[in-house]
Formats: sequence, structure tokens, C-alpha cells
Amino acid sequence: MSKRVVITGLGVVAPNGVGLSNFEKALKAGTSGITYFEDLKARRFSCCIGGVPEVSEALKLQYLTPLQLRNFTSSGILYACMAGMDAWKDAGLSVAEETPFWESGCIFGTGISGVDKMKESTYLLDSGKVKRLGSNAVAQTMSSGVSAYLGGIIGLGNQVTTNSSACATGTEAILLAFERIQAGKAQRMIAGSSGEHGPYIWGGFDAMRVMTYKHNDTPTQGSRPMSATASGFVPGSGGGALVLETLESALERNAPIYAEVLGGAVNSGGQRNGGTMTAPNSVAVQRCIKAALQNTHIEGKDVDLINGHLTATVKDPVEIENWTIALGRKGKHFPYVHSLKSMIGHCLSGAGSIESVAAVLGLKNGFIFPNTNCEDLHPDIAALIDVDKIPHETIHTEEIEIVAKASFGFGDVNACVIFKKWDYKANLSDTFKVSDTFTTKINHE
Amino acid sequence: MNKTELIDALKEIAKPYIQDEAAFEHVTEETNFIDDLKINSANLVDIVLDTEDKFDITIEDDEMEQMLTVKGAMQVITSKLNA
Repeated sequence: MSKRVVITGLGVVAPNGVGLSNFEKALKAGTSGITYFEDLKARRFSCCIGGVPEVSEALKLQYLTPLQLRNFTSSGILYACMAGMDAWKDAGLSVAEETPFWESGCIFGTGISGVDKMKESTYLLDSGKVKRLGSNAVAQTMSSGVSAYLGGIIGLGNQVTTNSSACATGTEAILLAFERIQAGKAQRMIAGSSGEHGPYIWGGFDAMRVMTYKHNDTPTQGSRPMSATASGFVPGSGGGALVLETLESALERNAPIYAEVLGGAVNSGGQRNGGTMTAPNSVAVQRCIKAALQNTHIEGKDVDLINGHLTATVKDPVEIENWTIALGRKGKHFPYVHSLKSMIGHCLSGAGSIESVAAVLGLKNGFIFPNTNCEDLHPDIAALIDVDKIPHETIHTEEIEIVAKASFGFGDVNACVIFKKWDYKANLSDTFKVSDTFTTKINHE
Repeated sequence: MNKTELIDALKEIAKPYIQDEAAFEHVTEETNFIDDLKINSANLVDIVLDTEDKFDITIEDDEMEQMLTVKGAMQVITSKLNA
């Protein structure tokens, strides 16, 4: 029998809130984390605004040792460690002593690690000073630096790896971790992702003209998912992490359960039928969402809330249309939909996990965070769904049971995960069922 | 620079990398960076770089191999400074 998988811990480092409680406050208040950067202006960026989490030197020292922070410039690894360690602690877990946690691992994704370190190294290399790179240039620039640092700090002994699928990375990580636990190959996994910040990460997007250049004077209004005046995404950064574990394990150690991961789907549009390196094949997007429903044995009508990809480009109406087709619902029958990117921008490889943390927090604590910056709803979206389905104020409700979270990335890749509200009472009977089948206790930790 | 000063300088260089505080209190010429101070072997290259900066010298690969102990490091530094 495949294992049920629940979420027992969350951690987040977001542009509008570092740490769970700050983040939740910001979500409910619709607080923007987008600011103006003179440095980008000096480099002649068209888009000079972005989202960067506020992390002081003192805060860094709560997560990494002075030795680890020596010559350390990899913001993505820092965000991964902070979010991952917070999630682990939030799940009531401690750091391993001599013996690693053989049944716990992590799948922590990123698009790239240590671009600042890479730049620094390049200068040294090109001036014949290869040895000046020191001991940690590799650890800080390897993609798997994010999972390697985190795994070492906690002492994870199961699979420790990094996935990378552009802006779908974070959502994909959750599904990869889910599948591993479901298959009985691990009892517990940290699933997450992070994205670095700065000109060396964002420059390529600026060159593609996909970021907005119209809001350098009005940064907090720059990220406008679903708006008629959406003019490109605003770059963000940060990290999010979720501790996923078997239901048995969570119940056995009395861990508070945030939500259940029902599963989901990933696929690719093959860069065919309108899909390209940078644009999604709509048929693939619809198939991914439908497959997610099928895999989790729910129907389109069961989805109460969509946590969209919705980046604030001209493609937002297409995404909404894809949801209407995949769920078979439109107009007033469409579920609520929101995009966190209106507050924090597009955190790229970090987006899927930060947005999933927001989705799970909302499920657990009974609120739908608001969409900001789309008072002027795009007419193509208004033609597809009822405007009331796009909340502009926080809605407090316990009625949301199923959230569908999707992310789409360069390379025409898609990921959709389904979260379900955890109801102890409703699950009581299931719990007994679980106990019956739970014959061999896994010797763990 | 006399012996004591040199040992103190090396202690200062090694300090960020040590993982055995007690052993660090009793550093002698015989102290081994990895075995006694529990320094991660990967960090030895950082100690070499910091030594180069501190004494404004260049340390070659074969010389680095001698720098596993305080004594070995002192010999390398002294020979460079006297060269």
C-alpha cells in the first residue's frame, strides 16, 4: 500500500517576510517585498526593481557558522539553509549527532548556485590565480550546493539531491519528495527550492525584455499578475521549504500536520504546438493539471483555490484559459485564484516552493491571501471567469479544502501539486486504518 | 620574527578553521593541523592562502605538502622570508 504523505514543517525566506510568522502577516496584509535597486540602474537595466529578502548578518549567523560564512556569497544556498532548517525545526525535529538520519533526505532545487562566487572566481582564473579560489568555490557554485549544505547541517542520510526545472523547480521538488515517501523509500524529506538575487541572475531576463520597465518609480505596483496593465514580471528571490513525511510517522511522533500532499503531475510540452523554450504548450499545461487531478483521485469541481503561476506577462490570460479547460469550470463556477507574485515578484527557481508554503499556510490557518495590483483586471480574464473569484482582500474561510498549485518553466516544463486541508476529525477513521497496516515500525532517528 | 611570534601568527591564521578549541589552547610546534586541531583537510588550502597574504609570500604545491604541522609551516615561511 502506498504511503499517505503529510506536511509537518514549513520554512520560508521571502522578499516580503523572512520566517513563517512574518511571511503570514505579510500575506494577509498584501505587503509588497518589491523595492528599487540603484545598482540595477547603474548597470543600465531596464527593470530596476526586484524582490530580495531582508537578511541581516546577525540572522545569517543563526544558521551558518562563521567558518561557513567565510568568503561565502551564495545567496541561494543561504536561503536554502534558512528555509530548510526552519522547516525542520518547525516540524519538531533536531539535528543529527554522530549517526545521520537514514530515513530522512532532501530534494532541494535551484536554477543555479553561487553566481556571485562564479564571477569572483572568473576574475581570479582569468588573471592566472587559480589557487586563490580557495576551498569553497566548488561547494558554492555546484547546483547541488543547496542540498549539500542543508543535508550536512541537519545530517540527512537518505537521498540528498537537487532538481532543476527553471521556474517549475520548487513545485517539482515537492512532487519528487512526495513520490519517494509514497514509494516507501524515505520516511521524511525536506522539499524546497531557492533562487538567488542580483544582476548576474536577473540580467539575462532583462535582456529578453520579459521584465517590466514601467515601474521603476512605483516598485510595489510593478508586479501585476492578471492585470490589464501587466507589463512583464518583476524578479524576486528567496527560498521555501516543506517537511514531507509519512502519515504514520507524523501521527506516531504527534507532529502537528499542516496539510496532506495528495500528489500531482509533471510533464513537458516538448516545445511543440506553440510551446517553445520560453512559452508553454497549452495542451501540455492542461494535460498536466488534468493528470494531477487524476493521480489524486479528485475532480475539477473539487478544487477550491488555484495558486497560479501567473507571472504578470501577457500570458496570464492564457494560463487562466488553460485552468478553465483543465478543470472544466468557468464563470462563476471557477474556483478562487490568486498569485503571490503580485507581492514578491517572480522568485524564479524559488517561486514554486515559496508559493507552496503560502498555499499550505492558507489551508492550515483558513485564509486566502489577496491579489494585489490587478484592480484593472485583464478583459480576457474577466471574460473567462467571474471577477469575484479573484480576491483583492484577504478572505478568512475554513471552506477551502483543496488547493491546486502549478508552476511552469523555461524548457516548456510544467508541475502541478494538489494540497488538501488536514482535518483531524475527518481523518480519525483513516488513522485507525493506518494503524492496522502499520505492523512493522520503522526504526528511525 | 621569533618562534613565539611565528606560532602566534599561525594560530591567528588557523583560528577560523579549527574545530577543537581545547587543542587550540595548547598549540606547539608539533601540533598537526588536521589530527590535532581537527581542521577539515579542504580548509588547508585556505590556511595556505591566508599565510601567503599574511607574509606576502607565494607557496608552491610541494611546499604546501610540508605544511601539515605548525613546524612544517614555520619552516616554509622562514625559508621564504629569508630567501
